[in-house]
Amino acid sequence: MTLVKSTLGRRAFIRNTGLAGGGLVLGFSFFNSCKPKVAEAVGMELEMPKEWFEINGYLKIGDNGVVTIMSPNPEIGQNVRTSMPMIVADELEIDWKNVVVEQAPLNTNLYSWQVAGGSRSISSSWQNLRMAGATARQMLKEAAAKAWQVPASEITAIAGVLSHEASGKTAGYGDMASTAAQLEVPEQVELKEITDFSIIGTTRKNVDGKKIVTGKPLFGLDVQREGMLIAGLVHPPAFGKRLKSFNADAAMGMPGIKEVFSLKLYEDDFDKMAFHFTAFNEVLVVVGESTWQVFQAKKAIEVDWEDAPDVTQKMSLFGNQMEVKHPAGMENSEGHMSKLKELIARNAKVARKDGNPEKAFKNAAKIVERSYSCPFLAHNTMEPMNFFAHVTEDHAELLGPTQTPEWMEPAVAERLGLPLEKVDIQMTRQGGGFGRRLYGHFMVEVAAISQRMKAPVKLVYTREDDMTQGIYRPAYYATYRAALDAENNLIGFHVRAGGIPESPLFANRFPAGAIDNYLAEDFTVDTNITTGAFRAPRSNFIAGAEQSFLDELAEEMGKDPIDFRLELLKRAEENPVGNPESNDYDASRYAGVLELIREKTNWGQNQEGIHRGVSAYFCHQSYVAQVLDIVMEGDKPVVEKVTAAIDCGIVVNPGAAANLSEGGAVDGIGHAMYSGLTFKDGSAEQTNFDRYRLIRHAEAPKAIETHFVKNDIDPTGMGEPPFPPIMGALANALYKATGRRYYHQPFITDRPPLVG
Amino acid sequence: MHPKGYFSTFKQTRKTMATFNLKINGKTQTVDVDGATPMLWVLRDHLQMVGTKFGCGIAQCGACTVHLGDNAVRSCQLPVSAVGEQEITTIEGLSEHGDHPVQKAWLEVDVPQCGYCQAGQIMTASALLKHNPNPTDDEIANAMHGNICRCGTYTRIKKAVKLAAENNS
Ligand code: FES
Ligand code: FES
Repeated sequence: MTLVKSTLGRRAFIRNTGLAGGGLVLGFSFFNSCKPKVAEAVGMELEMPKEWFEINGYLKIGDNGVVTIMSPNPEIGQNVRTSMPMIVADELEIDWKNVVVEQAPLNTNLYSWQVAGGSRSISSSWQNLRMAGATARQMLKEAAAKAWQVPASEITAIAGVLSHEASGKTAGYGDMASTAAQLEVPEQVELKEITDFSIIGTTRKNVDGKKIVTGKPLFGLDVQREGMLIAGLVHPPAFGKRLKSFNADAAMGMPGIKEVFSLKLYEDDFDKMAFHFTAFNEVLVVVGESTWQVFQAKKAIEVDWEDAPDVTQKMSLFGNQMEVKHPAGMENSEGHMSKLKELIARNAKVARKDGNPEKAFKNAAKIVERSYSCPFLAHNTMEPMNFFAHVTEDHAELLGPTQTPEWMEPAVAERLGLPLEKVDIQMTRQGGGFGRRLYGHFMVEVAAISQRMKAPVKLVYTREDDMTQGIYRPAYYATYRAALDAENNLIGFHVRAGGIPESPLFANRFPAGAIDNYLAEDFTVDTNITTGAFRAPRSNFIAGAEQSFLDELAEEMGKDPIDFRLELLKRAEENPVGNPESNDYDASRYAGVLELIREKTNWGQNQEGIHRGVSAYFCHQSYVAQVLDIVMEGDKPVVEKVTAAIDCGIVVNPGAAANLSEGGAVDGIGHAMYSGLTFKDGSAEQTNFDRYRLIRHAEAPKAIETHFVKNDIDPTGMGEPPFPPIMGALANALYKATGRRYYHQPFITDRPPLVG
Repeated sequence: MHPKGYFSTFKQTRKTMATFNLKINGKTQTVDVDGATPMLWVLRDHLQMVGTKFGCGIAQCGACTVHLGDNAVRSCQLPVSAVGEQEITTIEGLSEHGDHPVQKAWLEVDVPQCGYCQAGQIMTASALLKHNPNPTDDEIANAMHGNICRCGTYTRIKKAVKLAAENNS
């Protein structure tokens, strides 16, 4: 047992009841007006207790031994609603089948980092979740000790049963819950040994599985309320335009339409955080009785748009002030590409320099230089942006899909002119996130609309709204250069990377630290197209570029691509270049996933007709290596199999983690191969899935296999890390299969065309 | 510049409204809507059956798939006036207790990530199996082509369809 002071996250042990918004915490059940007698537990129905006893902010125990565990973080498909409660349940020592999971509302008094971002849900709450379970277990033991008049240290707790061996006494958690709930929170708690975990590390199915396959209301779009109105938005048709005037006479005459008005979201002097970002600060709003009526009326508004001037926005990101410039004008993808090409040829801002790269390149016997690019991407969560709000004079209730309730709350409060504690935000299950729902302007929009309408309102974006006013993945460009001496040794390495409007460079990631003469530079280009985080920001391009380049370099040097990477990693581990602290990655764990993938795929044993590519990357504190196998069917490359080796520390729920690994691989192949958002005169040229191509069934790998490195390291990220490297593995396998290298995403349009 | 806003001051015209008697999941449901309204929104907004999902509105993603008779159709492109006497089955009506072989297989394989596309996937898969109880991998991929899963659960979906076929034979 590990003794841990329960000071960490101590505020989480305050009981919910009576806190601001506390009434909403208990019995949270927004789709049912009355509380069900039986609840859907983990795949089966459980009889509900007559009374609940709240032990701490994370759990309550019923008089019949059923336990409700709160899942604090937004669920966007990363399965935290199952895996976070698993951690609590394991420490609590309760049978998983007696657990009911509830989504916790936003409550900054109780929970920390209620954010689905940076792949940090599990890692940032790992200790708190364990403590919540362990503390409750301890309090139950103390309650039993009191009842039985024996020392608490002699009591064991196993699978929801408390026992005292000497006296032969036993009791269920339910019997002791009412006493336990009255006790003081212990000063110290004992955490389980990792080897004693009985739930963590085992596959548990999605707690919402049954509801999902039977079509129960779960998502933001499913929210219904008495008297609820539907709102839709009309935004400028191009970046660089803004509203001039409009005529809504026709729209107002349409059935079911209540009101049409213009909405300015933020005042100019509003102190914005980066996640408050919105593409268009002034939009038109249509409010009506039903979604279809609103969608129709939107088309009937006549609008005049005008050119917007240069705009400079001040905003903060985790305490750093930044200025974002949006130059006036209507931009084009062709112009973007030529600008990037122009800048990539010039010296840029040095981000890291080791040794003397200039000299290495001057003395090189051979220089290998390759350039890579990718387009803007729309997140395209399957569930379009939407949110519900009911704002009254002195209170605001918001409900829906958001990755950042905590960061949006102040913006909502400010916009409504309400104090923070009068704003309650609850989360639904979310039809995907991928970074898009980090930017919750739609929450502020719907709150403002509800306030004006004095009615409950659900704001619904059409797919076109969602795709054409997004917070896109930036477009990036990178050039890699390697200097080889006469013996084909790597003597210098240079990467110059830029993007619109941010650079994808991570100067201190591999292969920094492994090469004596190293130079990393970057540059940016301003744009008025709004961009933001997209699953594994920046890594989602630079990983593929770097891993393709290393593959080509290995070939140039006559080395096996895995051996070549391992040699570099050995150097970085044994004798790192530069200050070892400045290298972001752990070279031995990096090498570990490459060794594991080599073993699991029998790398090096060529199989007839199978063309393989390998790639490995580190991001969000996790290490992922992937091997992708291609088979040619005629002149069409088909992804036969993807194998992944992942080191993300302790794997809480291996089946669910494997699902994320599979999703990451499919997502990465899809975006590298097929997807892209292009602009003409400031407008997105793809507005829906007819022209925006997403990967579909037949294009997905036929099989995906995932292997996890077994270790005792606290869990690290899992949502994002499997996504970036696969793009390199794909490009490298395509080269083996087709004899040509792919540099510019999406690969289907890379010249000469590959397919389609 | 532009007026502050428009308010509805007159009684809405209801002349395009009509009454439709629909057979949904074995029950007759009556709605009073514009005949052009897609079944998707009739189900979601007027009948509070929200299992059928909105993804694109233009028959490109499959999230809104329901059965019209025995066939999988995109309800976002099916005007309520075109339904007539035909029987509609939605995810809510696929089985009474969530134990249709396809639903069971989906749970067994633990397919969903975000879960949003899955009702549509299940409706397409169950229609496929009705017509072709033992589909090959290629037939599965072809039949499921119109259903996008943004989370990338395709390999699990294929596994689940095959499992459902096996369990049913
Ligand atoms: S919503 Fe009908 S196919 Fe996408
Ligand atoms: S599970 Fe998320 S879209 Fe399919």
